[in-house]
Amino acid sequence: MSDQFADKDVLLTIKDLRIEGRSDETWSPIVNGVDLTLRKGEVLGLIGESGAGKSTVGLAAMGFTRDGCRISGGTIDFDGIDLRKAGKDTRRKLLGKRIAYVAQSAAASFNPAHKLIDQYSEAPVQHGVMGKAEAERDAVDLYRRMQLPDPDSIGFRYPHQVSGGQLQRAMTAMAMSCRPDLIIFDEPTTALDVTTQIEVLAAIRNIVEQFDTAAIYITHDLAVVAQMADRIKVLLKGDEVEEADTYTMLSAPQEDYTKSLWAVRSHTRAEQPPVGKGTTPVVSVRNVTAGYGTVDVLMDVNFDIHQRRTVAVVGESGSGKSTTARVITGLLPPRRGEVLFDGEALPPDYRQRSRDQLRQAQMIYQMADTALNPKLRIRELIGRPAQMYLGLRGRKLTERIRNLLDLIELEPDDYIDRLPSELSGGQKQRIGIARALAAEPRFIICDEVTSALDQLVAEGILKLLDKLQTEFDLAYMFITHDLATVKAIADEVVVMKEGRVVEQGPKTDMFQPPHDPYTELLLSSVPEMDPDWLSKLLAERAAKGQ
Amino acid sequence: MSHIWSMIAKRLALGLLTLFIVSVLIFLATELLPGDFAQEFLGQSATPETVAAIRRELGLDQPMVTRYFDWLGGVVTGDFGNSLSNRRPVADLIATRLGNTLFLALYAAAIAVPLSLILGILVALFRNSMFDRIANASALTAISFPEFFVAYILILWLAQTGVFPSMARIPATAGWGEILYRTFLPALTLTLVVTAHMMRMTRAAIINLLASPYIEMARLKGMNPMRVIVKHALPNALAPIINVIALNLAYLITGVVVVEVVFVYPGLGQLMVDSVASRDMPVVQAVALIFASAYVLLNLLADVLSTLSNPRLIHRR
Repeated sequence: MSDQFADKDVLLTIKDLRIEGRSDETWSPIVNGVDLTLRKGEVLGLIGESGAGKSTVGLAAMGFTRDGCRISGGTIDFDGIDLRKAGKDTRRKLLGKRIAYVAQSAAASFNPAHKLIDQYSEAPVQHGVMGKAEAERDAVDLYRRMQLPDPDSIGFRYPHQVSGGQLQRAMTAMAMSCRPDLIIFDEPTTALDVTTQIEVLAAIRNIVEQFDTAAIYITHDLAVVAQMADRIKVLLKGDEVEEADTYTMLSAPQEDYTKSLWAVRSHTRAEQPPVGKGTTPVVSVRNVTAGYGTVDVLMDVNFDIHQRRTVAVVGESGSGKSTTARVITGLLPPRRGEVLFDGEALPPDYRQRSRDQLRQAQMIYQMADTALNPKLRIRELIGRPAQMYLGLRGRKLTERIRNLLDLIELEPDDYIDRLPSELSGGQKQRIGIARALAAEPRFIICDEVTSALDQLVAEGILKLLDKLQTEFDLAYMFITHDLATVKAIADEVVVMKEGRVVEQGPKTDMFQPPHDPYTELLLSSVPEMDPDWLSKLLAERAAKGQ
Repeated sequence: MSHIWSMIAKRLALGLLTLFIVSVLIFLATELLPGDFAQEFLGQSATPETVAAIRRELGLDQPMVTRYFDWLGGVVTGDFGNSLSNRRPVADLIATRLGNTLFLALYAAAIAVPLSLILGILVALFRNSMFDRIANASALTAISFPEFFVAYILILWLAQTGVFPSMARIPATAGWGEILYRTFLPALTLTLVVTAHMMRMTRAAIINLLASPYIEMARLKGMNPMRVIVKHALPNALAPIINVIALNLAYLITGVVVVEVVFVYPGLGQLMVDSVASRDMPVVQAVALIFASAYVLLNLLADVLSTLSNPRLIHRR
């Protein structure tokens, strides 16, 4: 326990918390006896991979469980109130008023039917803390402290009229509306771009300090938690792994699991020899301008992708990365410019492309969950492209499917007749890869394929993609916003901003100065494991007047 | 807001097209029926000479296309022609009937819409409770019986005992109170028939949203269950609810002939059926157009209201 808070009063004590979840009429444990103590004004970081039970523990600290979950044992004591024994009304009076919640996706957690300020003032008015007019004045004050643009008027907009990073700050302001003693932050910056994340992190840290609010900060991102928390607790599959104050935890983790989380990404792609002069690129994007309706989203984009090379296209949301992919695949015919394949122009619209042209370029998607038809078995999911493009039938088709499953390192006998719902997230993504390979393409677009996966699983996917590239001479276009992924897999990097390419070149050049100012901003915004990183960065930027 | 006006204009234009197609279809359908007005009118006493005389007099001997466009030309200038049966202008004939039909539809809607909304919200609030089951079971029971059966049961219970009259014919001198009293049973019958659909849709639309993150957020802000439903779920569930209400209102205007017959209520439905039987084309056409307009206008109204209920569609970025 950090000394800084040793003399403060204990706010929250959780002892031997056990939570069960229901699947098919039986209850199975999700959290197996977690203890937790939080003092006033202290920030506890709760980290772990998906399925670790961190959100479940966070919600339980509010006396709340999601549908299909139940608290089966332990005590939750908030400031002398036993939340498990307290009646619904007692609990409801605490929620929003003394314990508040900030959700992962502010865009989904704000009610689309009401203005931001009405949602802000709801808790204070309903809990009788202040009147509507006073709450609205207070909202403007907090919006200003959260450094939202136009604090006087932003509250009178609807959620869909405000950007993601601003919404996340508005949600933190909303959580603050009754000046709670405790806030649960449930992955508040996971859905944001790195540059936006910085602003939100700084605003959250600032406001938590100003009001001396205690917080539980849930995240899977170690570098983020290092900036936010006084103390860190590591969870794995519902069990506590270890707990220590942030500095100790980062410098001297005790458990193997923690050490494996801490280990810097080990996978780095071997540097490739430069492409020979005069080699025809597999895919060449030439002077492409494209957009939706009357708005141009891409402006004069140019880059080449060569055989056995990976080009990482990096940028924040709205930078035009995915639109570029849509132009290459023919889903969005460009207004100007063209896409060459092996030096020959592809018809702009996929409907005019030949089956063979379609076969050559395949895609792997971000959300394997939604990209796989839940009603089809693996056999059909992978078999369909092999059948359609290569005309395989009967035994040859089955052989090909088994062969593909071998390639993605899934045991054919075990997996061939499974449904997507019977797979883990990483396995689903592997099926997505196999489906792309089934067409025997020469070029694959990977659209944020690892961003929905845990770090260790993501690394496995990257290694697999790397191996397949060498084996089949594939060209990859790798769309990502994560610079660590770029480091791990790319040969060349294309940095995009607002529909334009701001910098491009070999990876080795990209990670060395001098940079384009925007690349510099992107690179410097990636959180580092140093707990003082955010403070230093903010001080640096303030000094530069940014 | 400008896109709402352009949507209304487009939909009205499409509505006019729909009305035109409906009028053609109805015209063709009545042509396909055996016999024509002259034969039906003369019945047993028809001789080829008298039939031909009547046809000539009413212009029924003209080719079908000519008759249709004569009629259409009249409608465009606001003249619906005369009834073949009693030679009175169709407009006069329909005016009072239309008033009666609209009155009964509004009367039933005034009871059924608030009732089904409130019940829908309550069963969503107390979902899976005994109350939910009972409300659902009774609403389903009411909708499962044919209308005439519900009507006769109500007559048996409420009219035979003398509480309400079973005949809904209204004397010309009747005041509002008496009109409402005399037409209560048909209104109640219609209410029972349409409530289940709207109530269940309200329930489903609300429950559908209860797993949304913003509903969880409202709960985590400590809002009580009623407020969560009414303030947080309902505004986002309005579009499907409005559409079902519009559909049922259209039914109340166009589909109540059985109830009109049982309670001897002089509405449009009865007029339509009688006119089809006597092949009185001008009346059939006019009533069909009114029914079709009701559908077009109510659906348009539903779309406009659904759009207005969605801030994402009225407040652009």
